[in-house]
Amino acid sequence: MSVQKKYRVLIGKPGLDGHDRGAKFIARALRDAGFEVVYTGIRRTPEEIAAAAVQEDVSAVGLSSLSGAHLSLFPAVVEALEKVGAGDIPVIGGGVIPKEDIKVLKDAGISDVFTPGTPVGHIIAVFRSACELQEGRRS
Amino acid sequence: MMSEHILKGLRDRDPRGIARAISLVEENDPLADEILASLDDSLVDQAMVLGITGPPGAGKSTLTDRILSNYRSQDKRVGVIAIDPSSPISGGAILGDRIRMMRHALDQDVVVRSMATRGRLGGLCAAAGAAVRILAGSGCSVVIIETVGVGQSEMDIIRLADITALVLAPGMGDDIQAMKAGLLEVADLLVVNKADCAGADTLAMDMESMAREGRGKDNNKAKVCMTVASEGKGIDDLLAAIETVDASHRESGERRMRRDKAYDLEVLDWALEMTKPLIIEKIEKSDHDRKGDPRLRAAKLLEQE
Repeated sequence: MSVQKKYRVLIGKPGLDGHDRGAKFIARALRDAGFEVVYTGIRRTPEEIAAAAVQEDVSAVGLSSLSGAHLSLFPAVVEALEKVGAGDIPVIGGGVIPKEDIKVLKDAGISDVFTPGTPVGHIIAVFRSACELQEGRRS
Repeated sequence: MMSEHILKGLRDRDPRGIARAISLVEENDPLADEILASLDDSLVDQAMVLGITGPPGAGKSTLTDRILSNYRSQDKRVGVIAIDPSSPISGGAILGDRIRMMRHALDQDVVVRSMATRGRLGGLCAAAGAAVRILAGSGCSVVIIETVGVGQSEMDIIRLADITALVLAPGMGDDIQAMKAGLLEVADLLVVNKADCAGADTLAMDMESMAREGRGKDNNKAKVCMTVASEGKGIDDLLAAIETVDASHRESGERRMRRDKAYDLEVLDWALEMTKPLIIEKIEKSDHDRKGDPRLRAAKLLEQE
């Protein structure tokens, strides 16, 4: 009957890309690792994702993009979070993302980026440490 | 000071302050007591708490979305607590009710919070009552609680809500299912959603007769409403029916009575919640011969103080 800290995360897809298999796969994997996952579905604006992240008090936001718009959409979510005073919530991205874009995204404030083939255990570990870090900053 | 910060956020209706306050209560943080004590009782007293319950897939979230739109057109600030089940194996959860309500995401006067049951049965989570009061205390004049998809006997919502609407859809079983004792008997409103689908009229008729026979004694017979939530049909009638029930409950004292009863039951809940760890400890400490009936052992355990 161990009481483990429950981390809340948001998984969403910004922009017009409707390919949600990846996002749903990650959402389920996180659930199976004991996370509470707020899933906001496809075709969200960065502002909608940021507002939901605040209302749901999540410790991390995970974004998925398979359409090639990650360079504009992921940083837009970071900005939207900052605008609503939630710049402390880390944003993690994943999808079909060319290697050379990863540095650009990290420079724009995305804390980690995953491409196809990343072991799911690694992704969960990154979410967990991002949540720990964020919660540590809160209290 | 952290609590000062959150209390101020609550007073200012800052979305982050409200969200943090609910989390702290959910996590049983020591600050929770202070937060709950600081709430404006008159706001909590006045707010209407509307419970939306029903089997999975009946359309609870879509209906909630439409009800939200309607109340927003009346300029009411609305809170929503949407509850989904936790996995019994991992303890994790997918909270997906919000998807249906995303059109309100940027509306500052719609506060949606998804919560996981965290092992609690009965259709709610342990912190639901406190979350309702936080939303009401932050100025929501209507607070909607959407339960997990329920079967026949998850009744917790009846206690927490002032008014409970049971949402059903055609094609989910015959009228024998409906005749069984349970939720149907205690809901204030019966909503037949997906009313454009085959079997909706029959379902509505069954519900009508259930409502007539089941509650013949008092005048508060459950009203049956038909809706097509995905198209926004029937929502005005449903809200009018809610309004009527609310007004009559406020006038007759039923509302006060329900709230008083709910208060006592929530105190009992928390008392049990708080004693549980102590009892677990006792069980673990007692000799493990596991002889005799568990019931007798429990009685003995409680005797020794």
